[in-house]
Amino acid sequence: MPDFNVRADSVNVEQIMEQIRGRIREKRGVDYTEQQIQDMAAVKLEKFLDPRGVRSDLLAQFRRSRPPYAPPELPNFAFEEQTLFESHRGPLRLVRKLLNPLLKLFFNPNPLIQALNIQSRLNTMHAEREARNEAARHTFDSLHYEVLHNLVVETTRMGIEVKNLTMKVESLTSRLEFNERRARALESVVVYKPTEEPSTPPVPDARPPREVRDRGDRRDGRDQREFRGPRENREPRENREPREPREQREPREHREPRDNRESKESREPREPRESREPREPREPREVRENVDARLPETTPPPAAEGSAPATATPGVTSEGPGQRSRRRRRRRGRRGGGSAATIMGEQSSAAGPQDAATSAMNGDVEDAGAGDDGDGPDGSDSSDPGRSDEEQ
Amino acid sequence: MKLAFVVQRYGLAVNGGAELHARYIAERLSRHATVEVLTTCATDYVTWRNELPAGVAHVNGITVRRFPVKHERDPLQFGRLSDRVFNATHSIADELEWLDAEGPTSPGLISHLEKHAADYDFCIFFSYRYWHAYHGIRAVKARAVLVPTAERDSTIGLSLFAPIFRGVRALMYNSPEERTMIQALAENQQVPSVVVGVGSDVPSNPVPARFRQKHNIRGPYAVYVGRIDENKGCKELFQFFGTYLKEGGGRLTLVLMGNSLLDIPSHPRIRHLGFVDDADKFDAIAGSELLIMPSYFESLSMVALEAWALARPVLANAKCDVLKGQCIRSNAGLYYESEGEFVEALRALEHNRWIAGALGRNGRQFYRDHYDWPVVERKYLDMLDRIAKETPANGLEPLPGWMERRKNACPPAADVVAALPEGPSVHGGDTYQSRPTAPVSPPLPRRQTDEPRSPQGRPRRFQGPRRGGPPRHGGRR
Repeated sequence: MPDFNVRADSVNVEQIMEQIRGRIREKRGVDYTEQQIQDMAAVKLEKFLDPRGVRSDLLAQFRRSRPPYAPPELPNFAFEEQTLFESHRGPLRLVRKLLNPLLKLFFNPNPLIQALNIQSRLNTMHAEREARNEAARHTFDSLHYEVLHNLVVETTRMGIEVKNLTMKVESLTSRLEFNERRARALESVVVYKPTEEPSTPPVPDARPPREVRDRGDRRDGRDQREFRGPRENREPRENREPREPREQREPREHREPRDNRESKESREPREPRESREPREPREPREVRENVDARLPETTPPPAAEGSAPATATPGVTSEGPGQRSRRRRRRRGRRGGGSAATIMGEQSSAAGPQDAATSAMNGDVEDAGAGDDGDGPDGSDSSDPGRSDEEQ
Repeated sequence: MKLAFVVQRYGLAVNGGAELHARYIAERLSRHATVEVLTTCATDYVTWRNELPAGVAHVNGITVRRFPVKHERDPLQFGRLSDRVFNATHSIADELEWLDAEGPTSPGLISHLEKHAADYDFCIFFSYRYWHAYHGIRAVKARAVLVPTAERDSTIGLSLFAPIFRGVRALMYNSPEERTMIQALAENQQVPSVVVGVGSDVPSNPVPARFRQKHNIRGPYAVYVGRIDENKGCKELFQFFGTYLKEGGGRLTLVLMGNSLLDIPSHPRIRHLGFVDDADKFDAIAGSELLIMPSYFESLSMVALEAWALARPVLANAKCDVLKGQCIRSNAGLYYESEGEFVEALRALEHNRWIAGALGRNGRQFYRDHYDWPVVERKYLDMLDRIAKETPANGLEPLPGWMERRKNACPPAADVVAALPEGPSVHGGDTYQSRPTAPVSPPLPRRQTDEPRSPQGRPRRFQGPRRGGPPRHGGRR
């Protein structure tokens, strides 16, 4: 947990709480717990798509807040045939009626009466239509409000669901990566075992079988890769010995390509050990015996027995290039358990030493082991094919 | 000076907050005055069943007069009346009926007060909400001093109590929040009042190792002390602590002490010890990383004060204004409003030991400044001296007439409470002072009124009693 920025003898609680809230905002965005997010994600969306489920009392409140539409009383007039001559006074009405023919001598009031009558009816119709339109508009307003409300609800739920799905995808991605790494690590401990004997006899190899080479005189650095358990069980990086300075290693261009080297080894018998460059002295015998004691019992082939004295050259005491690195790997081997071939040694020994040697030579299996998790235990790059050569 | 302490229950076995508060104050003030306790024969605050003999007894050297309760509480009737007065428009008669149903109805106690009121200089009533306090205050009128122990619940919104808050001679509040709430409700600013609270007999040398050995507690732990009840926020506490455990990254164990009314989650890092004695309680608090106070309603958390007295930080529920206000004023505790805040605050206290240490130191200083016994005693004595010299400003308003009492004119109590001001009182007014963030000398208690100020404008250091009496305490520790 990162430290707080408040540094004083007298703390301020409100300031601390602000920092805590800021941290929560950073970590979680909105302050939802995992359980709340899971609960929200578990809710079926169909439930909310059901109109009966979507409607809430918000619409009822909206309707309550807006009284039902009552059309306004618009001013209008009624104009009939007798309207011009009506009066609440009886005698006056009678006089007008008597004089009406006389009035019609001067002008014709009928078109005027007719026009005003039509206008009155038009006014009434217009008012009724306006009232109907207004009522329809109010109904549509309610509907629009409801649709908008439903959209907001759905958008919110979709947002929450998207967030939840994003989190799930992240979780699945991390799990997938972990499983891939785990699969690669497991592949490294699998020794390839052919199902049938090869039709041609194996090419005689001067090298000892893999079990013997694992004891300390490996020729290929890739063999030294071992399955060391999950990364968290390994020794912390800072506790390991530092790597050799890069300038002490052989330049990359001086190294022989890996494919060429392997094909050469498989094609022609190796030259006698005495003709090669002198090997560094092995570690003391008692240390090797300890290592041997942990390895499963195997019957080394005669070729390996023949090569063993050559590797233990007495009298050479100075450390050559790469010797420290080899010793370090041996120590790691002792700490981290046996090599892959050692772990699977029982199967190999049951199949016979020749099978073990054959499987050790199989490039595919070794490549799988070299793949491991893409990062060596000491940070070495597994794609560096020449490193093990120069360390020899 | 002769004082009567009137409280609903009293005894060594009675551990309720207000009752314990009353006993502590009575025992402390008995050194300065003649103290008599008037109480009921009940020990159970739910039924008010008469379980102790009526008559005179002595508890820790204090004379205790017990009076029988007339009838036990009928929970159904009480619930029905509560629903009516809290949630519906009602009348004063309804409220009086509710008060009678709540209890403890002890006419003998009121009759004694009416007859012998003149024998006492002052009668100090505890807990405004009960029958004995309402009718007792009306019986002794101008001799009544009230320790309301009010919480922000619906009861405070009843119309019955506002005249009581206006009519007593003095009010001894537990917190500035309580005072703000009651003054907003009753507009009784003219009534002499002071924020006092209560002290605690915290041992000077608790032994956490003894507690760990006795209960086989290993590793760091947070402690909760009190009744394990949903009303006390324990259900929420279990939920939040479960999240803390599930998210990982912490090593704290939750240790619960107190009788449980809830199912406690079964988890190796949640330990329930049941009811423990005071020695274990103080040992446990002293050995803890922090005290958790999840309650929603508190007028004063004594256990939080005890944790501060032992220099332990407190993590309190921010929904309780009093607790939040105390945390802010003291700078001695964190608070939470949500699960995220709970978990982060718990981690902050666990992983940043300097914060926990600084908060604990602030808490101890806060306790010494405001809740140490000499401070509390002095506030009581000063207030009693003051009101003894003054003539009562307002008499107690009489109950409305028969017809007026039956008018449905009282608003629902819950609505009244909802309209009251909320939030913690960051600046404690005349009694409390917000602790500044810069390292300065600790604040000293300030006198309530008419305190002479130094020429620099700062309050004068508290100089102890004015007339002999107990030793000075202002700079004692």
